[in-house]
Amino acid sequence: MANHTIIPAENPALEVHDLTVSYEKKPVLWGIDFTIPKGALCGIIGPNGAGKSTLIKAIMKLVDINSGYVKIFNKELDSIRKQVSYVPQRESVDWDFPASVIDVALMGRYSRLGLFKKPRKADKDAAMKALEMVGMDMFSKRQISQLSGGQQQRVFLARALVQEAEIYLLDEPFAGVDAATEKSIVEILKNLASQGKTIIAVHHDLQSVENYFDWVLLLNLRLVSCGPISEVFTPSLLEEAYGGKLTLLSEVGDLVKKGEFKAREKQ
Amino acid sequence: METLVEFFSFKYINIGYVVFGTVLLSISSSIVGCFTFVKKKSLVGDVVSHAILPGICIAFIISDSKDPFFLIVGAFITGWTSILVMDAITRNTKIKEDAATGLALSVFFGVGILLMTHIQHSGNANQSGLDTFLFGKAAALIGEDLVAFSIIAIIVLLIVFLFFKEFKLISFDPNFAKAIGLPIKKMEILLTSVTVLAVVTGVQAVGVVLMAAMLITPAAAARFWTNQLSKMILLAALFGAFSGVSGAFISYSAPSMPTGPWMVMILSIIAIISFFFAPKKGILIRQLRRVAIRRQLLEENLLKTFYRIGENSTNYFNKVNENDLGLIRNFSPKQLTNGLKKLKKNGYINKALSQWYLTNDGYEKGKRITRLHRLWELYLTEYLRIAPDHVHEDADTIEHVITPELESRLEKLLDYPTTDPHSSAIPK
Repeated sequence: MANHTIIPAENPALEVHDLTVSYEKKPVLWGIDFTIPKGALCGIIGPNGAGKSTLIKAIMKLVDINSGYVKIFNKELDSIRKQVSYVPQRESVDWDFPASVIDVALMGRYSRLGLFKKPRKADKDAAMKALEMVGMDMFSKRQISQLSGGQQQRVFLARALVQEAEIYLLDEPFAGVDAATEKSIVEILKNLASQGKTIIAVHHDLQSVENYFDWVLLLNLRLVSCGPISEVFTPSLLEEAYGGKLTLLSEVGDLVKKGEFKAREKQ
Repeated sequence: METLVEFFSFKYINIGYVVFGTVLLSISSSIVGCFTFVKKKSLVGDVVSHAILPGICIAFIISDSKDPFFLIVGAFITGWTSILVMDAITRNTKIKEDAATGLALSVFFGVGILLMTHIQHSGNANQSGLDTFLFGKAAALIGEDLVAFSIIAIIVLLIVFLFFKEFKLISFDPNFAKAIGLPIKKMEILLTSVTVLAVVTGVQAVGVVLMAAMLITPAAAARFWTNQLSKMILLAALFGAFSGVSGAFISYSAPSMPTGPWMVMILSIIAIISFFFAPKKGILIRQLRRVAIRRQLLEENLLKTFYRIGENSTNYFNKVNENDLGLIRNFSPKQLTNGLKKLKKNGYINKALSQWYLTNDGYEKGKRITRLHRLWELYLTEYLRIAPDHVHEDADTIEHVITPELESRLEKLLDYPTTDPHSSAIPK
C-alpha cells in the first residue's frame, strides 16, 4: 500500500506517531502516524467503528495507548493543556444534571481558575461572550435538560470557546443537530481556522466534507490517508476506507482480545 | 409545648450535644449524598455503610478498645475497600455494576456479622455497646465520640466547600475534566473518601441499614425544588438539619422513640411532600395543570361549537340550547353544565331563559379556534400530504396549542388562505 497518501504537514500543530490503541483489550487503532498543520480545519472521516472517537480520546489522553506518542506544537499534552480544547460527544453526559447553560459554559474557565477559586465577573463575562458567539446568550439561565440537541451542542462548543485555546478537538459536533445549528457551528469553526487556530473534528456526512474542511484524515482502524482535501479525498481512497477490505484486521483484533494478548509485547 | 421549650432551652447539656451531633452528621451526609445522587451512584452509600462493619470489628479486635479513632480508621479502610472491590469486579469480569454492588454489600456485611458474633461470644467485657453500630446511637452521642465525629463531619463539609467546583465538573463531565488537566484521579479519590467518611459518621446516628436513606433522601427531595447543584446541596443540608433536630426532639419527648429511625422518617416525609407539592416537578402541580388544560379544551370546544352553529345560521349571536350544541359535538351532560357555567362566568356567553348566546368576546374566541383548526388542516394536507379526511382529529388537538406567533407564521406559510381542505371558509 503506497504511503504517499499520508502527506506530512509543515509546521505541524499536531503530530501523532505510531499510535496503537485498544478498547476493552481489542486493538482498535493500529500504528497511526500523521501530522496536521497549524490553521487546518481537519475532518476525521471513516465508517462506524473506525476508531474516530478513540483517536480523539487517545490524543486527549482519555484512553490508554499501547504504543506511540502524541505531540501538540511539538510538546507533550500535559505541558500545553491550556492551549488544547476538547468537545466531547454530546451523549457522553447526563443532561438532567442540575446545571444551567451558563454553568456549563463556565466550566471552560475552570483550568484557568485553578483550585479553590470561584468564577468571578470576568469569567462570567467570558462565558456570556462565548454563548453569544454560538447564539445561546438568550438561554444562559435555562436548565440544560430543557435544551434541544442542537442547543446542547452549541453549549458544549461555547464551553470550548471560553478556553481560548489554539487547537480544538471536536467529537461528532454535528451528530443529531438541526441544519441551522450545523451551519452556524461550521461558520464558527471556519472563523477560528482563519485566525490560525487548528480544528480537528470527527465527521460523518461525506456529502459536506468538501464544504466544511480543508484537510482530511481517512480512518478505518488504520490510517488510510491524511492530507489536503484536494489530494487525499479521492474516490479510490474513500473506497479503501469504506470498502471494508480489512476484515482480517478486525478478526485479528478479536483474537488478541480473546487470548488477552497485549497489543504490544512490551508496554 | 412545654417539652418543646424545655428541649430548646438545652436545660440538660446532653440534649445540646445530641442535637449538635445529629445535625452535623446529617448535614454532612446530606451534602455528600447530593454528589452520589447526581453521579447516579446512589447505591454506593448502601454498600459502604454495610462494609464498615467488618472494619469496626477488626479495629476493635486489634486495639481491644472502643476508642472512636481506631474504629473510624478501621471503618474507613473497609468502606474504601468495598468501593475498590466493586470497581475491580466490574472492570475485570463480565459482572455488571448492579450485581457487583449486591455482591460487595452482602459479602462485606456477612464478614462483619461473623466478626461481630465472634466478638460477642468471646467474653470480652469491653465489647458491650459495639453492636450499636448496627442500629445507630444518636441519643448517646456524647463525650469523645461526639468530638471525633464532629471533627470528621466538619472536615467533610470543608472539603466539599473547597472543591465544590471540581466535584461538580467530575460529576457532570469527567472526560472534559480530564481533558482540561484536572487531576481527576485525585479528585475522585477525595470525593470517595469524603463519601466514606460521611457514611462512617452518619452510621453513628442511624445505623448501618438506614444510612443509605440519610445519604440519598435529602438529595432526592431537594432535586424536586431546584435545577441548580449549589441550591440543591443547600436544600439537602437544610432537610438533613431539620431531620436531625426533629429526630432528637421526638426521642427526647418520648424516650421510647429512637432518634435515628425518626430522622429517616422525617426525611421520608419531606421527600414525599416534595414529590407531591414541589413546583413544576411535583405530582400535584402537574395534576392541577392537567385539569386546567382539560378545562381549557372543554371551554374552547364549546365556543367553537357555538361558532359552528352561528356559521350554519349566519347569525353568530343566535340563542342556542343545550340540545343544539349536542347535535354538533358530543358533550356529556356534566361537561355541558360545568363548561357553560364557567364560560358565563368568564364573560364568553350569556344566558336568557335557559338559552345561551355568545358575547362579543366569546364570538372572537370561537372564531379564532375555528380558524386555527382549519389552518392546521390545510397545513397538514399541503405540507404533510395527509388526505383531507384524515386531518380533522389532529387539528382538534393542535387548535388548542397554537400560539399567536405560530398562527401568524402558519398564515404566512400558507399564503393567507381563505378556505380549508373541506372548502369551509377560514374566518379572518
